[in-house]
Amino acid sequence: MISKEEVKHIAKLARLGLTEKEVKKMQKELSKILDYIEKLKEVDISGIEPTTHSILVENVMRKDESRKSKVESGKLLELAPETKNGYLKVKSIL
Amino acid sequence: MELTNLTITQIHQALIKKEFSALELCQAYLEKIESEDKKINAFLTLTRDLALSEAKKIDEMLQINREIPLLAGIPMAVKDIILVENVKCTAGSKILENYIAPYDATVIKKLKAEGAVILGKTNLDEFAMGSSTEHSAFFPTKNPHDLNRVPGGSSGGSAAAVAANMCCYALGSDTCGSIRQPASFCGVVGLKGTYGAVSRYGLIAMASSLDHIGPFTKTVEDARIVFNIISRKDDLDSTSLEIPKIEYSKLKIENIKIGVPKEYFAKGIGPDVEEVIRSAIKKYESLGANIEEINLPYSTEHALAAYYIIMPSEVSANLARYDGIKYGYFTKKAKDLIDFYLKSRWEGFGEEVRRRIMLGTYALSAGYYEAYY
Repeated sequence: MISKEEVKHIAKLARLGLTEKEVKKMQKELSKILDYIEKLKEVDISGIEPTTHSILVENVMRKDESRKSKVESGKLLELAPETKNGYLKVKSIL
Repeated sequence: MELTNLTITQIHQALIKKEFSALELCQAYLEKIESEDKKINAFLTLTRDLALSEAKKIDEMLQINREIPLLAGIPMAVKDIILVENVKCTAGSKILENYIAPYDATVIKKLKAEGAVILGKTNLDEFAMGSSTEHSAFFPTKNPHDLNRVPGGSSGGSAAAVAANMCCYALGSDTCGSIRQPASFCGVVGLKGTYGAVSRYGLIAMASSLDHIGPFTKTVEDARIVFNIISRKDDLDSTSLEIPKIEYSKLKIENIKIGVPKEYFAKGIGPDVEEVIRSAIKKYESLGANIEEINLPYSTEHALAAYYIIMPSEVSANLARYDGIKYGYFTKKAKDLIDFYLKSRWEGFGEEVRRRIMLGTYALSAGYYEAYY
């Protein structure tokens, strides 16, 4: 079973402010799923080539040239809760 | 004539012959939604004005005897995880409750170019995470065949809307069964095509290596029509592919080999379900298809274990963007920036979404990433 401290650490990495009650619940639920995942260890995969996709997907490249945005930035800024002079506003960090 | 139970080809022919107008058709569907959706709750948003104005445009084309595309004037619905410009797109989540889509998804652009009439956005499990449409942050959707049952999910709103004749066809998304399973629960046709066949530009991402867009329709023929129109390579989605064009008229069932994995008929399958599947296999066999029983030894339990690593890892990365700063829900009671993130995300996401983000963050964190990948 994963520890409460581990759950709290993961929650902070994930930026989820879990309550004490939720930490306990998450501890149980995550442990159950992680135990299930252990099943994968039963499978002998020696000699099997790694596959990332069932079909051939190739990397797509383009020239490193600037191009016009498909959506006007004003339209995107309208969706933000707080802006100032065309920038997104956040709480002070320091 | 009952307008709301016609197929795409039937409507197209009737519009050309002027048996009814696109406006009359659109109004018939809107009335159907008004009377039926109070009990089914398939729709999150109705786009009445958008639908009516498009229908009028199609009627104007018909009046001057201009040729219209196959989907022109045909009323349809869109799962509320696919962006339609200037229309709310919630993904079934409180965190996007007031989010207005700033652009059209590629599939919507293609449908609009055809003259499709968009009636509204359909309900889903939050961020498409679920199989019953009970886990929408707003309300659950009911199965039109029996209101005491779920419609399946996560595209339960789209499946129920088609089944209840509240639209002619609908779009859904499928990561691990979210089109196929609700289509089955609601008795309609659902198609999840080959990965990459349909562009995902404008689909709110859940697990990118598994996400697909596909149609819900009343017949297989309609599914082919919609799929043909929404598929093709798209420069805005680098994972999309140019799939070879299929000459359906040359497609012969005698030349098809169908594999039937033994593992899928093991414990847990309902007897009625097995009967339906077996009779479908028999039907294909009688039409000349080559049926072969095969083994996929790791296709059930172990595949699910792999899914529990891949899906949450991609979820945790994809949903990191919801920070309350660029758009979406944000808390009003934060002390500092970190507190702002912690509270906005905790208050905005539902329980299942939080659980998957946690699991993915765990699998991707130092020490575990190496073990799992």
